[in-house]
Amino acid sequence: MRHLLSTRGLALDEAVHVLDVAEEMAETQLREVRKLPTLRGKTVVNLFFEDSTRTRISFEAAAKRLSADVITFSAKGSSVSKGESLKDTAQTLQAIGADAIVIRHQASGAPQVLATSGWIDAAVLNAGDGTHEHPTQALLDAFTLRRRLHGADSRGRDLDGVTVLIVGDILHSRVARSNLWLLSLLGARVVLVAPATLIPHGAHGWPCEIRHDLDEALAEFRPDAVMMLRIQAERMRDAYFPSEREYARQWGLDSARLSALGSASIVMHPGPMNRGLEISAAAADSPQSTVLEQVANGVSVRMAVLYLLLSGERAAGGAGERAQGEKEAER
Amino acid sequence: MSRALTRIAHEILESNHGARDLVVLGIPTRGAVLGARVADAIGRIDPEAAGLAAGTLDVTMYRDDLRRQPTRTPAVTRMPEGGIDGKTVVLVDDVLYSGRTVRAALDALADHGRPAVVRLAVLVDRGHRELPIRADFVGKNMPSSREERINVRVAEIDGTDAVVIES
Repeated sequence: MRHLLSTRGLALDEAVHVLDVAEEMAETQLREVRKLPTLRGKTVVNLFFEDSTRTRISFEAAAKRLSADVITFSAKGSSVSKGESLKDTAQTLQAIGADAIVIRHQASGAPQVLATSGWIDAAVLNAGDGTHEHPTQALLDAFTLRRRLHGADSRGRDLDGVTVLIVGDILHSRVARSNLWLLSLLGARVVLVAPATLIPHGAHGWPCEIRHDLDEALAEFRPDAVMMLRIQAERMRDAYFPSEREYARQWGLDSARLSALGSASIVMHPGPMNRGLEISAAAADSPQSTVLEQVANGVSVRMAVLYLLLSGERAAGGAGERAQGEKEAER
Repeated sequence: MSRALTRIAHEILESNHGARDLVVLGIPTRGAVLGARVADAIGRIDPEAAGLAAGTLDVTMYRDDLRRQPTRTPAVTRMPEGGIDGKTVVLVDDVLYSGRTVRAALDALADHGRPAVVRLAVLVDRGHRELPIRADFVGKNMPSSREERINVRVAEIDGTDAVVIES
């Protein structure tokens, strides 16, 4: 892997490999000393053009646990926008010597531009771009799901035979898109549940089923996991549903639906949660809820991705011959 | 190979005056298999140590050559239940060459605890050390040329036990 821009287009063995490496990273986080020397001397820049709590902190923690130097750049309030100024910012980071750039941007495709423009040599990690993708979120969701289902036996496995309901604001959700591609790649059956106004136009060509009634979908599919999405009020310029109360009643995960779900199924939410809107407090704090597990697993998954992108021979010159001998010998 | 490993097991017991506080850690991939066999052999020789389980210690994240090679996949690390604090840890690997794997293993070990003593057991010592490291228990010394490759094969992974020299 050179960059991580999307989960669409990942190969199955690639995806499983990231999850397996994340398992090893998770193990290291149980030790007394949680810091690994692996990325000593590497610089990771967090470039955030959009607000974030857990993703930014999670990437920062992941990079620091691997001993990389972390620079966090928050563009909030500055006049930075697409095009020329993204280029200038990128070239500044290049001059500083960034080895990886973690970028969150309100414009779909900004990380792609950064990765393919030739402005920089650094690895680019998409931490959420517009309504396009948020690949590390999908990886950590898949990781959480796999761990809950297979426990210590998770390594090497995919999600074959697993049914996941993704419920809510699909239209504005990059998390839903990344999850859709990744989960279906891993063999899971994905069902999108939302009011018709919150299903994107192209969704009928996606590898998933679409339902508009949550109660019926719960009864029909008996899902292993329900992923509740945040209603993204900040991206909504039209009325997509009559009122919040009506949305909560029709598509919110309340206590009745939680008990209809059964105790073996899990409740996921990428955060931040609108308690009382898409998810009730009872559901969010129930034993089935993996909300905090998802956050903890996020660090392991991001460690895995940073490790896979930043170790290995990137523009390695000269040392190749010797390294070959060493590798053979050490094995 | 099994004779060499049994001899190593005897030597470990002798130098440790028994199996007290003994922890065997194999370095993946082949070293982990050999570690398990050495622990088995120790258990057979000394009834006190019956059931002695070998752990594994992955050193991938501690290597000094990560940026010079294709990305390596980290392997599983399994520490024994009682941990390693104050114990006698015997690291087991298949081939000792530059010594860099062992250096990485010592760093990794320090993040898991503070053993009283650390020893090194290897099936093959082929020379050409680049660091001041030596093995305490050696199955076989095999002087080699840098151009040669020495591959240890074990039944659990490769289907057969063998040490192969390729030039």
